[in-house]
Amino acid sequence: MKSFYENWLGGRDGAVGMLVLAVVIMVAFPLMFDIFRLNLIGKYLTYAFAAVGLVMVWGYGGVLSLGQGVFFGLGGYCIAMFLKLEASDLVSTQHQTTPGIPDFMDWNQLTALPAFWQPFHSLTFAIIAALVLPALFAWVIGVAMFKRRVSGVYFSIITQAVAAILTILVVGQQGYTGGINGITDLKTLHGWNINTTSAKYVLYYVNAVLLLLAIMVCRFVLTSKLGRLLLALRDKEDRVRFSGYDVASFKIFIFCLGAVISAIGGAMFTLQVGFMSPSFVGIVPSIEMVIFAAIGGRTSLIGAVYGTLLVNAGKTAFSESFPQLWLLLMGGLFIGVVMLFPNGVAGLYDGWFKPLVARWKSRRPVMVRVADPLAKSE
Amino acid sequence: MSLDKSIVLAIEDLTVSFDGFKAVDSLNLYVERNELRVIIGPNGAGKTTVLDLICGKTRSTTGSIRFKDIELTRLPEYRIVQAGVGRKFQTPSIYENLSVYENLELSYPAGRGVMGCLTFKRTETIRERIREIASMIFLDDQMETMAGLLSHGQKQWLEIGMLLIQDPELLMLDEPVAGMSVSEREKTAELLNRISAGRSVIVIEHDMEFVKRIAHKVTVLHQGKLLAEGNMESVQHNPKVVEVYLGH
Amino acid sequence: MGGYSLSDLWSIVVMQGFSGLSLFSVLLLMALGLAIIFGQMGVINMAHGEFMTIGAYMIYFCSRIVAKYMPGFMPYYFVFAIVVAFVVAFAVGYFVEFLLIRHLYKRPLDTLLATWGLSLIMQQVFRSLFGAREVSPQLPDWLMGAWKATDTIDIPLNGLFVMALSILVTSGVFLFLYRSSWGLKVRATTQNRVMAGAVGINTRLVDRLTFALGCGIAGVAGAAFTTIGSTGPTSGSLYIVDTFLVVAFGGAGSLLGTIFSAFSIAQVQSLLTFFLTNAMGKVTTLLAVIVILMLRPEGLRPNKVRK
Repeated sequence: MKSFYENWLGGRDGAVGMLVLAVVIMVAFPLMFDIFRLNLIGKYLTYAFAAVGLVMVWGYGGVLSLGQGVFFGLGGYCIAMFLKLEASDLVSTQHQTTPGIPDFMDWNQLTALPAFWQPFHSLTFAIIAALVLPALFAWVIGVAMFKRRVSGVYFSIITQAVAAILTILVVGQQGYTGGINGITDLKTLHGWNINTTSAKYVLYYVNAVLLLLAIMVCRFVLTSKLGRLLLALRDKEDRVRFSGYDVASFKIFIFCLGAVISAIGGAMFTLQVGFMSPSFVGIVPSIEMVIFAAIGGRTSLIGAVYGTLLVNAGKTAFSESFPQLWLLLMGGLFIGVVMLFPNGVAGLYDGWFKPLVARWKSRRPVMVRVADPLAKSE
Repeated sequence: MSLDKSIVLAIEDLTVSFDGFKAVDSLNLYVERNELRVIIGPNGAGKTTVLDLICGKTRSTTGSIRFKDIELTRLPEYRIVQAGVGRKFQTPSIYENLSVYENLELSYPAGRGVMGCLTFKRTETIRERIREIASMIFLDDQMETMAGLLSHGQKQWLEIGMLLIQDPELLMLDEPVAGMSVSEREKTAELLNRISAGRSVIVIEHDMEFVKRIAHKVTVLHQGKLLAEGNMESVQHNPKVVEVYLGH
Repeated sequence: MGGYSLSDLWSIVVMQGFSGLSLFSVLLLMALGLAIIFGQMGVINMAHGEFMTIGAYMIYFCSRIVAKYMPGFMPYYFVFAIVVAFVVAFAVGYFVEFLLIRHLYKRPLDTLLATWGLSLIMQQVFRSLFGAREVSPQLPDWLMGAWKATDTIDIPLNGLFVMALSILVTSGVFLFLYRSSWGLKVRATTQNRVMAGAVGINTRLVDRLTFALGCGIAGVAGAAFTTIGSTGPTSGSLYIVDTFLVVAFGGAGSLLGTIFSAFSIAQVQSLLTFFLTNAMGKVTTLLAVIVILMLRPEGLRPNKVRK
């Protein structure tokens, strides 16, 4: 029990953080908001998976992936393909030239389901694919890059190029992927209508639980020796290498872990929002995921969730009323967080709020703090 | 030559060139079991490059490096370490944001794979070993100190300790007493003499007094080539050595 | 490649080759600026594309002013507009370095994020100033039209002009870096910043001017860009990934490598675009570059140094 507390929750601080987070997303939000808003929050929380993945890859692994949307998208598309096939039964597609295939294929003059779509008739396969495909893809990229010691900005730009390539491919191969519109009109999961209010509540809670579990898995990795090794790696990579570790394999592992976590987010996105499109795969969404993690604090797993919620709430609020202003604000966020708050919300909490609480607890006179600047100015 | 069981490291015809410049030039070097060898030579003689070549940091152009009949020139770095070669860098290379204990723990040769790291447990054997090494390197009362806060000399010791905990058969130290005070040097010489029992050690050093205290045999490099080899006495009186190195 | 006769193929290759030359020129000018900045300070300027857009908008702006107030000057304005494009992009780059970049040296990944933010802001500023719609400057008559080399081969004049422009700028940069005393300071700072500072080079000023110079060249790239496409607020951002790949592919810090890699990438992409679709041509090129980069992470012409 003690080891669960220490290794999976991260000791007292981590456990308190987890508890607060769980209460906020599982009790407070459902009480405060109607199902429309809650579903929107659920959507944001799926992005939080990508941000948590980035905390691991960027914050702890030291490599900035600008292609996190690729994995988010892969997870989402796998589930979307299953749902689309279920929605494209013979009865609902009877007016098509070729009934029984997804509508966008019919529009693009396809007359049979492509071979790679076939296995997605099975939900089990789709779920496994949603987890394994992104991991495999990340593994291939990771091996190719880390074994050859590509790192730093090179790694970032290449992952960004991968995101660009995949978007162009998905958009270009309309008949196979649904093109720019993506895979839409998803209705049921094994006959269970995912668009009803009750289904949305269920999916919201499944998503919340998965997110908390993902954070716990990451916490476990970080409190293990691997976590200390990652810290060592950022400090003196050569020393780690010459202490008998295959450095590349650790970077590959953390990159794959980040990919799988993002993919879970993508899969939950598809289920909660009811479609998947290339606009969650490309350069822009991928780098926005980085800003979620950065605002939360790049080394804070829980901060990543709050960062995601904050940025998206801001985005929704502003794009409704002042769409132009939002882009300026977003740009400002990138610059501001890097220059002024490199540790994001978590940094503010640790550096400002926690000492304040500590001071309040120990009842130290606040006078001391006020007096300090005066003393300096003399 | 390499079949001789007393030879641990056999470097033969080793050359590395950077864009035509030969930093190490057809070098032959043999190190015996339990030997403490010191490599000296003026700046740019190729001393550090030789260590880089042995531990795989730099790849040779031609030639072979055999360690107990394992060819090292093509092995990845971590395999060279796992084969039993440890190397200390010129400037202390330790994990400044981790404690002394954690520095030693990460260097302990267990759980070196991804899965090994995830399932790694601090057993009593490991704790015991870490304490033992820490007392050898005079840091047993600093276990919880962040390594970045140690003095320069202590950092050097810590790095030596991080190698010792791997129990390598060949230990390579690049300027282990650089930046140390006189008393720290004394202690380090003692430490080196103690740890060279049961393993071979290669040391690069400039401090001749220190070299005299520890060396079994001295190798002098000059412009990437072997200039002289033998005990300190003979090397010091070798006219070639005097000319390029000690003379000026 | 069925359906094309040998002479058809030849004409296609030549014409696509020349259209590739226009792309080459833009990529080269972009990459040149980025390579100088990246090689000099290890900073990735994600807003580099927006500096190109500044240049393109300056051409448009000048063409509007000239058309309105001094129509007689129309045939010659383009040359002056290029200078304006350079100067404005240079000036903006100078201030950006002062306000932003200089605080972030040694944090390359953070610079990447901050300059991405800058690019978003710049795009919004363009949108507010020039509108969201794409615009095209009115080009002088002598830039229009084509030179008919043979019956089947048409070579557009603007392509030739842009080509000449990029050769001029490239040789200028080359002379500047390798023949001027200021260039010597730049190269010294690149190789050993601390030592350069110790021998009395004002490395901060060198950084600032180098950054500004890179941005100014991107402005000229924008001028070249107006001859092959219309300008919108996000025009530049489409080029940033390609440009970085050009720099990485050429080997950071090598001018010749940059020229060669810009040439090969532009030509391959232009040819593939003809035989495949637009998108697939681009995808194939990018993939090829990434694969080659994985095989040779140090690029085509790495600097060999004893470490």
